[in-house]
Amino acid sequence: MRNRHFVDLAIKWLFFSAAASSVLVLLGIFGMLLINGVKAFGEISLGEFFLSSNWNPSAYGKPSYGILAMLSSTLLVTLGAMILAVPLGVGAATYLAQVAHERTRMVLKPVIELLAAVPSVVVGFIGIVMLGPFIAKVFGLSNGLNALNGAILLAIMSLPTIITVAEDAIRAVPNSFKEASYSLGANQWTTLIKVVLPAAYSGIIAAVILGMGRAIGETMTVLMATGNSLAMPHGFFDPVRTMTATIAIELGEVPYGTTHYYSLFAVGAVLFLISLGINLLAERLAKRYRYKM
Amino acid sequence: MFKYIHILLLASALFAFACNPNHQHVENILIKGSDTEVNLALALAETYMSTDPDVSIAVTGGGSGAGIAALINGKTSIANASRPMKQEEIALAKERSVQPLASVLGMDAIAIVVHPQCPVQNLSLQQLGAIYRGDIQNWKTLGGPDAEISLYGRQSNSGTFVYFRDSIVRAEYAPEVKQMNGTAQIVEAIKSDVHGIGYVGVGYILEKNGAQPTGIKVLSISRSDRQPAFLPTEVQNIESGDYPIIRPLYQYTNGQPKGRLQQYLQYCLSPAGQALVKVNGYFPVSAQYQLQNEQALNFQYAKSTLR
Repeated sequence: MRNRHFVDLAIKWLFFSAAASSVLVLLGIFGMLLINGVKAFGEISLGEFFLSSNWNPSAYGKPSYGILAMLSSTLLVTLGAMILAVPLGVGAATYLAQVAHERTRMVLKPVIELLAAVPSVVVGFIGIVMLGPFIAKVFGLSNGLNALNGAILLAIMSLPTIITVAEDAIRAVPNSFKEASYSLGANQWTTLIKVVLPAAYSGIIAAVILGMGRAIGETMTVLMATGNSLAMPHGFFDPVRTMTATIAIELGEVPYGTTHYYSLFAVGAVLFLISLGINLLAERLAKRYRYKM
Repeated sequence: MFKYIHILLLASALFAFACNPNHQHVENILIKGSDTEVNLALALAETYMSTDPDVSIAVTGGGSGAGIAALINGKTSIANASRPMKQEEIALAKERSVQPLASVLGMDAIAIVVHPQCPVQNLSLQQLGAIYRGDIQNWKTLGGPDAEISLYGRQSNSGTFVYFRDSIVRAEYAPEVKQMNGTAQIVEAIKSDVHGIGYVGVGYILEKNGAQPTGIKVLSISRSDRQPAFLPTEVQNIESGDYPIIRPLYQYTNGQPKGRLQQYLQYCLSPAGQALVKVNGYFPVSAQYQLQNEQALNFQYAKSTLR
């Protein structure tokens, strides 16, 4: 008996440490970003870092460290991706969960999930050789390496996440909800829009947030397809260089322990705080709505 | 347990043999640096090793800055660099009692490429600088169509990026320059961008048989508005020094090289070595730098390569 009790306890602690380790890793990453990032502000003023749109650390003359242009670029590309991916993803999830025949679903779902297996460098390549020229032709531009290209590619990349999570949420809505709606005389469309989707709201929000996280942190695809110019973007047709692309491009050559080195950590910390903020916001939204139901 | 002991003994004997540095006098040479030069350095090293079994040469890339940092830290015998060392780098090296000594391995010409439909044929260095500074923004100023110039360039970890900025632009790049992830992407982008302009190494765009590139147009470049313009795709323009955008590819060592290291560097400059430079799409050391090499490496160029 004592032996069994000991095994139970050991397993409990084993699983606890597994769960705790991911928390520790998260805290470790944030701590490292913060400790290194703060050192950048010995030479850069906070005002310059957040309010200047001029980022040029390895300059011909005086280096400058303003992240406003790349912050706007990241937000612009992510916003564009979500505008495209949310209606498509939630629509596809609703179709799969509620409308499609079981046989159709058995074919469609694995194919959609396969989309997540396409490596980001391949998606970026498609952006350069196919989507870019296509965008240039449709909108009459000289080239298609711009924020729109990145947004479309990121929308495609975040679709599998959004569809899979949202479909699970919609399927989790109890059948009794639907039956009650039908028995009150509502048709399938009304039932979907007024009953099923609101009931699955928190799960759908979670799906969108996960998709957004995928888009905001993606590096290789945007690095290849958006043109990487340092100028402040004025719209979806301007080339942009996102925060992730900046870190990826510059960390390889930066001398260790310089202001430039620490400033890249500061950029990483800002990126981390943005996704942390989005996640916290999503959790609150989802909770508030759940209580109302 | 005991049946494994002879295997263990054999393995440890082999290990001891492999670790014994005296069983043969193999000399190790480490080369690190510029990605532009890495393929050329590999070809030179492999050919040299096949003639001299007592030397082992390891070549790695990482960029000019990485190679120079390794030389300063004493981690490499030769640092390859497609740009000269900066003042700060030289100061840091001296601080750690490293005496960087430059020799020139070969020359790399940079071509200015546009879309085949672009009507402009030649540019002067001043015009090129103004384009990349953002002072000239429309093709109309240059005699082309009324359209905005779409600028393509490399990323800041590239030696070409630094060379082009410091020697041609001589100021900050315009923020509108699209920073492409490598030469291949610049060429791909120019092929589909009617209003694009970009800079790439000549070795990259010439076909293996020396044929002219397809899908892009190479511009002739002149030193100033009043001087004639030259095409970089004609080898004689580069060998004569008429084509203006040409940079030396450096090999830095710590002080005057001795022994095998000196022999290897002399091999690189020999007619056989310079022939390999040519095969790889670069150009033999120009007369201007031959004197520098002779002093640095205590080396005499063969009469035939001097003009």
